[in-house]
Amino acid sequence: MAKLQVGVVSPEREIWSGEADMVIAKTVEGEIGIMPNHAPVIGVLVEGGVLRVKRDGNADLVAAVHGGFISVAANEVSVLAEAAELGSEVDVAAAKDALQRAQAAIESSQDDADAQLEAKRNAARLRAAGEEV
Amino acid sequence: MGAQLRLLRRRIKSVKSTAKITRAQELIASSRIVKAQQRMQAAVPYEREITRAVTGVVSNTSSVDHPLTVAKENPARAGVLIITSDSGFCGGFNANLLREAEALRGLLESRGIQVTPFVSGRKGVGWHAFRQREMGGQWVGFSRKPSYNDAKEIADTLIGSFKAEDGIDEIHIVSTEFVSMLTQNVVVNRILPLEVVETTEAPKDGPLPYFEFEPSAGAVLDSLLPRYVESRIFSALLQSAASEEAARRRAMKSATDNANELIRVFTQKMNQVRQAEITQEISEIVGGANALADSAAGKE
Repeated sequence: MAKLQVGVVSPEREIWSGEADMVIAKTVEGEIGIMPNHAPVIGVLVEGGVLRVKRDGNADLVAAVHGGFISVAANEVSVLAEAAELGSEVDVAAAKDALQRAQAAIESSQDDADAQLEAKRNAARLRAAGEEV
Repeated sequence: MGAQLRLLRRRIKSVKSTAKITRAQELIASSRIVKAQQRMQAAVPYEREITRAVTGVVSNTSSVDHPLTVAKENPARAGVLIITSDSGFCGGFNANLLREAEALRGLLESRGIQVTPFVSGRKGVGWHAFRQREMGGQWVGFSRKPSYNDAKEIADTLIGSFKAEDGIDEIHIVSTEFVSMLTQNVVVNRILPLEVVETTEAPKDGPLPYFEFEPSAGAVLDSLLPRYVESRIFSALLQSAASEEAARRRAMKSATDNANELIRVFTQKMNQVRQAEITQEISEIVGGANALADSAAGKE
């Protein structure tokens, strides 16, 4: 079966690139699963989403992806994230800490948009690292 | 004579310590260029992908009618983003940049367009403040190591001003392009309204595929275009950072070379003076001895 060529890039560096069988990302419309020979598509990703790349024989590659796009064309998938982090690179303790702080901020004032964004991002980081949130 | 010798010694000492400083600066700059280049390279994949995505969207939507791509018929105001450095000691880097910016300003004003400068880098801000030119925005403190958030901040201000009713109609960017360690060019680019055909390479695999959009072409374009502008600014910042270090390395190298040349000249001069002094002393002693001998001979 054909393989997908996947590249996950953020403005400051290339996070990961390689072959994969399936890519699952979360767009503003909902989850989208890309398999080989998918029709060309460009989607807007949500803040604090989790990207999952399924590979043959390897464990899934999981990354926290904050904003950005996914573009698919001719079996090439590029994920352009504004910020992204591989699950294995997440500092779990720091993320938990940040999440708690953000949640505390949300409780004290409901319409703290920054804190809500921060909470979303850290929740995604933790999910990418395989933690239950 | 002794005074001149002392003066020369003092100058040699001072030039030597200057040479030490410039030499150190040169080495620091050389190691920073490498890091700056690495950062530049690390940003390339994202830029390439986003350019491709923008090209994909724009070539797919038959009528691109987005505020960021539509050029006004009679632009009245233009914003010019000038990317300078925070610190000096980098030769003509900022001077060249500001000269180019002035030329652009002249060109735009001759077309009846009012220019608002947006300045990044302490040197450029100082330059504008000194001339009491009003700036649309100023950013300092990151010229050596720009982060994406810095680019985002600049882009937000520019796009905000671009979208505003009485804001600017065009955005140009004056920055330094890093070609190689030895060559950096000042370049002027218009980033908004977007020139839709940006890519220089022809599509390799025939026409671009027909994309589907999630959620819709308009929504994708809405969030894609600002990102694209950010990425262009980010890349300009990174190139400028690398160029700054390269310019600094070159300036410091020639300063060190000049200092060494000065030391050589001064040392030569000093030796000459010292030798002349010794010769004179000897001739005085000999003269004195001769005179003594002569007078002694006269008495006998």
